[in-house]
Amino acid sequence: MAGKPKLYYFDGRGRMESIRWLLAAAGVEFEEEFFETREQYEKLLQGGSLMFQQVPMVEIDGIKMVHTRAILSYIAAKYNLYGKDLKERALIDMYVGGTDDLMMLILVFPFLSDEDKEKQLAVIVQKATSRYFPVYEKVLKGQNFLVGNNFSWADVHLLEAILMVEEKKSDVLSGFPQLQAFKKRISSIPTIKKFLEPGSQRKPVPDDKYVETVRRVLRMYYNVKAI
Amino acid sequence: MSGKPKLHYFNGRGRMEPIRWLLAAAGVEFEECFIETKDYLTKLQTDGSLLFQQVPMVEIDGMKMVQTRAILSYIAGKYNLYGKDLKERALIDMYTEAMMDLSELLMSYPFQPEDKKEQHLANAVDKAINRYFPVFEKVLKDHGQDFLVGNQFSRADVQLLEILLMAEECKPDILAKFPLLQQFKAKTSNIPTIKKFLQPGSQRKPLPDEKDIQKARKIFF
Repeated sequence: MAGKPKLYYFDGRGRMESIRWLLAAAGVEFEEEFFETREQYEKLLQGGSLMFQQVPMVEIDGIKMVHTRAILSYIAAKYNLYGKDLKERALIDMYVGGTDDLMMLILVFPFLSDEDKEKQLAVIVQKATSRYFPVYEKVLKGQNFLVGNNFSWADVHLLEAILMVEEKKSDVLSGFPQLQAFKKRISSIPTIKKFLEPGSQRKPVPDDKYVETVRRVLRMYYNVKAI
Repeated sequence: MSGKPKLHYFNGRGRMEPIRWLLAAAGVEFEECFIETKDYLTKLQTDGSLLFQQVPMVEIDGMKMVQTRAILSYIAGKYNLYGKDLKERALIDMYTEAMMDLSELLMSYPFQPEDKKEQHLANAVDKAINRYFPVFEKVLKDHGQDFLVGNQFSRADVQLLEILLMAEECKPDILAKFPLLQQFKAKTSNIPTIKKFLQPGSQRKPLPDEKDIQKARKIFF
């Protein structure tokens, strides 16, 4: 029985944010259930809804899907954002792998001590500007989208990553004219433009309240070290 | 110009091993180029061979592929080991992502500092026995079939076998409470391409020894 996909997570970005982005980009409306208490989470656990006892979990097309990459791949394929053949898929998977590695550096950020935050910020900027951005800058020379001259999951993921890094260092795209143009171009795609407006289901930069909620509900991540 | 796929990595399991398994299971011959020194890794990083300056890298069908997941997905898709439709793919992806998490724990065990080893192993074993193995045991029990998804051999079966063997290397009786996983292990090991890969002289890599660990530390850390 198909209805809207339903997302089970905290009221914050974490690993679920990329999924919100992709659904929104595909123009798919979705519902969300937010964990506020440990009891809510345990109820889900005991009910057997979390295959490997972890979130994100997305109820979609009758399946309770877990594992972010699996969920993203499913959505991308379902809504034709995964290229037209195996080789385009391969490129998309490679590019998304890169932006995922970059975003993972930012994912842990709110959980770090103040001292580690400073170090991590330097790592994020260094990796973004020397390892990842140059790759996408080069790919985008002479084309509007990353793969196959068509809008795909890779473009959504890259935009998300760019904006996240800019939140940490606002001028990080100076020196990357292709990425600046890309950011403008993709941001103006109607579904994405809508997602970027206030009132959408996009979540804000994680704050202390978010960190406290995650720790309380999961009883984990009390002592996170910078990678 | 395609020939055999060519794998670029160090002479050990690491993140390349699931790729070796999958190619072998699909009956695909492959070549390997081993990174022996930090200088050689640096050379690969600076000559543009590595998209994000990282290995594994696999030269296949005219592409220099990086990112383990991307490589595994491509091979699975090419050799029909990825289910028959989107929903089977979804199941395969969920199972293999979980297996990768467990594999990460098991794989990193030999590289832990001495004082952290025992705790790391205990955690890996706990996760295997309480989080991951029960799920796959139940999947096999519920449908009563030989393969994890869609009654057809897929990358999920290859990866599960690899994980079961890795887990047994850490704790030989780890499958004691999982009769169906034991059966799965026996049956899947007998598939001709896999049986061949499990024999001495294949390109399957052994557990790292102290020398390998020191070498990897020098090249990668």
